[in-house]
Order: sequence, then C-alpha cells, then structure tokens
Amino acid sequence: MARTVTTNRKLVFTVIGWAIGLTLFFPILWTFLTSFKTEGEAIATPPSFLFFDWTLENYLTVNDRSDYFRHAINSVVISLGSTALGLLVAIPAAWSMAFTPTKRTKDILMWMLSTKMLPAVGVLVPITLIFRDTGLMDTRTGLVIVLMLMNLPIIVWMLFTYFKEIPGEILEAARMDGATLGKEIIYVLAPMAVPGIASTLLLNIILAWNEAFWTVLLTTNNAAPLTAMIAQYSSPEGLFWSKLSAASMLAIAPILVMGWFSQKQLVRGLTFGAVK
Amino acid sequence: MTHSKTIGLAFGALLASTALAGAETLTIATVNNGDMIRMQKLTGAFTEANPDIDVEWVTMEENVLRQKVTTDIATKGGQYDIMTIGTYEVPIWSKQGWLVPLEFDDSYDVDDLLPAIRDGLTTDGELYAAPFYGESSMVMYRTDLMEEAGLEMPDAPTWDFIKQAAEAMTDKENEVYGICLRGKAGWGENMAFLSAMANSYGARWFDEEWNPQFDGEAWKATLTDYVDLMQNYGPPGASSNGFNENLALFQTGKCGMWIDATVAASFVTNPDESQVADKVGFALAPDKGLGKRSNWLWAWNLGIPAGSAKTEAAQKFIAWATSKDYAELVASEEGWANVPPGTRKSLYENPEYQEAAPFAEMTLESINAADPTNPAVDPVPYVGVQFVAIPEFQGIGTAVGQQFSAALAGSVSVDQALQTSQMLTQREMMKGGYIK
Repeated sequence: MARTVTTNRKLVFTVIGWAIGLTLFFPILWTFLTSFKTEGEAIATPPSFLFFDWTLENYLTVNDRSDYFRHAINSVVISLGSTALGLLVAIPAAWSMAFTPTKRTKDILMWMLSTKMLPAVGVLVPITLIFRDTGLMDTRTGLVIVLMLMNLPIIVWMLFTYFKEIPGEILEAARMDGATLGKEIIYVLAPMAVPGIASTLLLNIILAWNEAFWTVLLTTNNAAPLTAMIAQYSSPEGLFWSKLSAASMLAIAPILVMGWFSQKQLVRGLTFGAVK
Repeated sequence: MTHSKTIGLAFGALLASTALAGAETLTIATVNNGDMIRMQKLTGAFTEANPDIDVEWVTMEENVLRQKVTTDIATKGGQYDIMTIGTYEVPIWSKQGWLVPLEFDDSYDVDDLLPAIRDGLTTDGELYAAPFYGESSMVMYRTDLMEEAGLEMPDAPTWDFIKQAAEAMTDKENEVYGICLRGKAGWGENMAFLSAMANSYGARWFDEEWNPQFDGEAWKATLTDYVDLMQNYGPPGASSNGFNENLALFQTGKCGMWIDATVAASFVTNPDESQVADKVGFALAPDKGLGKRSNWLWAWNLGIPAGSAKTEAAQKFIAWATSKDYAELVASEEGWANVPPGTRKSLYENPEYQEAAPFAEMTLESINAADPTNPAVDPVPYVGVQFVAIPEFQGIGTAVGQQFSAALAGSVSVDQALQTSQMLTQREMMKGGYIK
C-alpha cells in the first residue's frame, strides 16, 4: 500500500530541507558578499549584510595581481585530464572486478581504498624527488598523473558499485550474439552505466578542481591552477578578507556553474543503488 | 597586408621571442604581505636596468611558503632561484649548507644594515640572506581610553603598569577589553609572544646544557601573569586569537591595548581600515625590571638556495631589492610611509621618513632592544629571541603552545601545562641528541 504523505508532513520536510540547504549555502553567500566589501567593512562588527558600499575593487586587484585565465585554464586541463585518464584506467578495472570477480577482488578493492588512508604529506618527499628527476615539476602532465593516481581508488570504487547493479546476463547475451570484449564495453555496458559514469566524472572533476595540496606544492607558475592562486591571497599577518573572498569566488565560479547544471546527474549518480 | 610586411612582422616576432628566450628567468618565492606585493609591482625598474634578466614571482601564504621552500631546498628541487625566508630558517639552513653566502660591493653598504637584524643572518662571519623588511613587537594602545582611565602610558612601560591599565580600561558591558594578546597555539603564534614575554621575566627555553627550563619559577610567573591578565581583562575566546583576530578586534575598537608586531602600526593607523585610526599610541614592549624587554625580532629576508644555477643574477636582484636605492624608488612611487621598514639605519635617519611614519622611532627602538644572540637575562646556547633556531623547534614550540593555549582556555592548570611542556621538550631534546 502506498504511503500517504500529509500536507503538514510535506511542509515540515520542506522547511527542514530549505534550512539545511541555506545553512550549507551560507558560507558561499557570505564569501560572495564579502568580496564586494572594502577591507574595513569586511571586519566591521556588527557585520553589514546587504547595505554597504558595493565595490568591484577587490576583483580588479585580483585581476591585476594574478593571471586568472592562466590559472583557470590550468584548473580545467588538470581536472578534466586527470578524470579522463582515471576513467580510462578504471572502467576496465571495475568491469573485471564486477563481472569476473575472483577470490581476491574484495581484498584488492580494500587495498586500493587503503592508499587513501595515508596522509598525502607522507609521500611528499618521494613524489617531489620523482618529479625533480623526471622533469615533471610545475607541469600539467605531472599534476594530471598525480591527481589521477590520488582519485583512482574512488573512481574504481564508484564504477564497481554501478557496474554491479547491471545484470551480467545482458553482457552474456551480447557475447552470445558475437560481441567482442571492446564492443561489449562500448555498446552494451557503457550506455547502461552512463548515469554512474557521469556522476563519477563530475565528482572527480570537483575533487581534482579543489585539490589544494599537490597542486600548490608541485607548481610554481606555469602549471599553477586556481588553488595556487587562492593561496596567494591568504596571510597570517594582515586582513585581506575581501581580496581573499574575491579570489575564492573567481576560483569556485566555474565549478559552481557546472555543478548547478549537472546537479540532476550528480544526485542520481550519488544515490544510485542506495535505496532498493 | 603585403607579403613583405607579413614576413617582416614574422621575422620581428621571431627576433623578439629569441631575445626573450635568451633572458635568464629568476623564479622568486615570496610571502603575501604589502611590502612584497609592492616589490612585485616595482620589479619593472630592475628588469629595465637588467634586460638580460626576467623575473617570475610565486606568492604564497606564509605557512604554505615555508612548507614549499623547505621541501624544495631539502630535496634540491631547484624550483626557486631566490627564496623569501625568515630569521628562524637562516641560521639553520646556512649551517646545513643550503644557502649561498652573499657578497655585496661597497655601494650596497652592508654596515648600514641594523646590527640586530644582520647578526641573526650571519653565520661564521658570512651573510647568508639580505633583509627585506624587519619587525619587532610593541604596545599599541587607545589614547582615548587611556585618558578616560586617568592614566598615562610611559614610553617604556612595565608589566605591572600594563596590568593596572588593562584593569582600568576594561568595560566588558560595552565589549571593550583592556588587553588583547595572542592565544592561538603555534610556534609563530602564541609562542612568539610568550617566549618574548618570558625573556623579560628572566625565563629561557634552555640552559647552557640544553636542559628545558619550564620547571623554573620564571616560566611559572610568566604563564600565571599571562593567564590572569587574559582571563580577567582579555576578550572571550582568546585562546583562538592570533595576529589577524586581534587586529580585527583592535581595529573595531574592542581592545584597549594590544602587544604585537610593529607591522600592525600601519594597519591600525590606516583610516580606510581602522575605526580607531586617530586614537592609537605606541610604547615599547613591557619589561619586569630585569634588563630585558618582551619584544621579539623578525625579518623577512631574501636568500639564494645552494644549487641554483643562476646565482649571479639572483645576487644582482637581491642587491637591488634590499638597497638604499630601492627605498628611494618606493618613496618616489608610493611615499616614504610605504618603504619597507626595519632593515637599514639610513632609513631611520631620513627626516622625510620620520615625518611620514610616526611609529618609526618606536619601531627602531624596539628592534634595537632585541638581541637574537643574547635574548634572555641568563645566557643561552641558542640564537633567536622568540624562537630557538634549531630544526626541532617548530614541533616543540607548537606542542608547548598547545599546552599554554589550553591553560588560557582553562582546560588545564598553569602547573599542569608547564609540567607537560617540560616533559615533552625534554623527550624531544633527548631524541635530538642535545641531552642524554
């Protein structure tokens, strides 16, 4: 029997939903407002919400001091590149684990996940040395490889979960019809797994976009993405909150827009298989 | 466009790119502060005079910079040709052979550098980094509140006076707190302030045999007075306040006194940022009558990592950026008040600078009052006023800072905090082989 949802109950859920949503969104809204304030207004108590002298000065300063487009292009190349490369490696890996599991598949999955438990700084020196010796320091290629490796366990895990939901019989049927392995993955598996692949892609682009340890430490100028640009505006001695907010808004704007347009796929992908 | 014009333009572009390719590019890692940002803007003057050198800047937040340059220099990564480093790093790195000694010609006038700053950058008689800007700490106070309290701030106050003034200025109902001090844990946060305060109380980090001294009476008196002062007259939640938090409190009129870096003087007197810009007075950091004041000494310096292939060009840039001519250039472009302070005697002798920067005299006196080679009342085996220039100090300083911050928050007692600090410092010093 279908459950009936009363209007009151709907109202309560709507209010709770909005409250949670607004709470989560508030820091971004505050950063947005601060980016239009002067440094004096940014620290004023009580803080002014909307009624202050709106200024674009901070954006002009950031634009003047930093090459925003170079950083933005680096962010795009690094996040898209590392995600694409990751998918290229992870799709076959997840396919084999989901459809032809062995005794050790679970252990391998756990082992892959365990690499995420090591704090990144633990491998800082070895990776720096490898980068130094291979000439990858401050290159997009280097960052694409490192971020791909960092996110690979998550990509494999997510894809594995989605692939497991797909009945193996369909693939078997394709094989019976004479499909080769490549055709089976491209024409049968991939179309069915599109929501899963899409949400994995989006989530990993966001993770790579926000990654601020390796992208800051392994770059100087040429390959420095937006995370490195933000790091320029923080200071323990001096209040540059408005400028920092302006730099942050510029850095998150592209990913925010992308997230906004693809939220349907993201939600669908993230909740895929969660409720049965 | 005719063919010949196109070919001509293409040829010109090729020549230009070849010329650019021929220029040596210096990559400079630096911190995000006003003086460094200004230097980036003025770099054109250097590259015009040296067309064969190109300059590329990498600006970072202080802690990120420290992590990046330390990794780079320890692994000989070679990402940077010039690094902006603090007075803490210079003695350690120079002893490790990580820095190139600097040599300047007579026109640079090395003897013009302030001795307190220069001493901290010299190892075995050689200068390993050139100071770009220097700072000490001092008392900044609200002249109006002081007057209302019926008190007059002496030029060189004692801790007893500070306590008396803090009590008189506190008006918790109106959210005005007599004193704001650093409470956030960290070797460069609360420990910078507390190590300097301890110096004035006759305490020291280590005795001459490297034994930690937190079990002595001097440290107990320091921490007890600090905690009492802050719990009675300080702002709520002070254990998470660092420089920026206190700056915001002072600028919005919530602090009667604030003892912190001299660089803050230009912020709190700037009417665009500060609500109390015209009501700020300055005094030397307090003392306890034992011959040492509680002011620290810090400088941001430019150094060349060993292994840089562009040592000559890097040296040329450092000589330019830390020269008297650079000070003149800043003055002509942005006014004398914006010249980087705290490095050269000649700047403080300049009447134009004295007029433009009302806090100049106090800054110079504060810097001169600090002695990095002899910071405490009793002799010590280390260099550094508010730090100990050994590699282990960052870890030890932060761990002790956490104990002291907890004491301020009231989650442990002063005695417990000191006892734990003594134990953990002793353990680390034994591990480091300083004591057996």
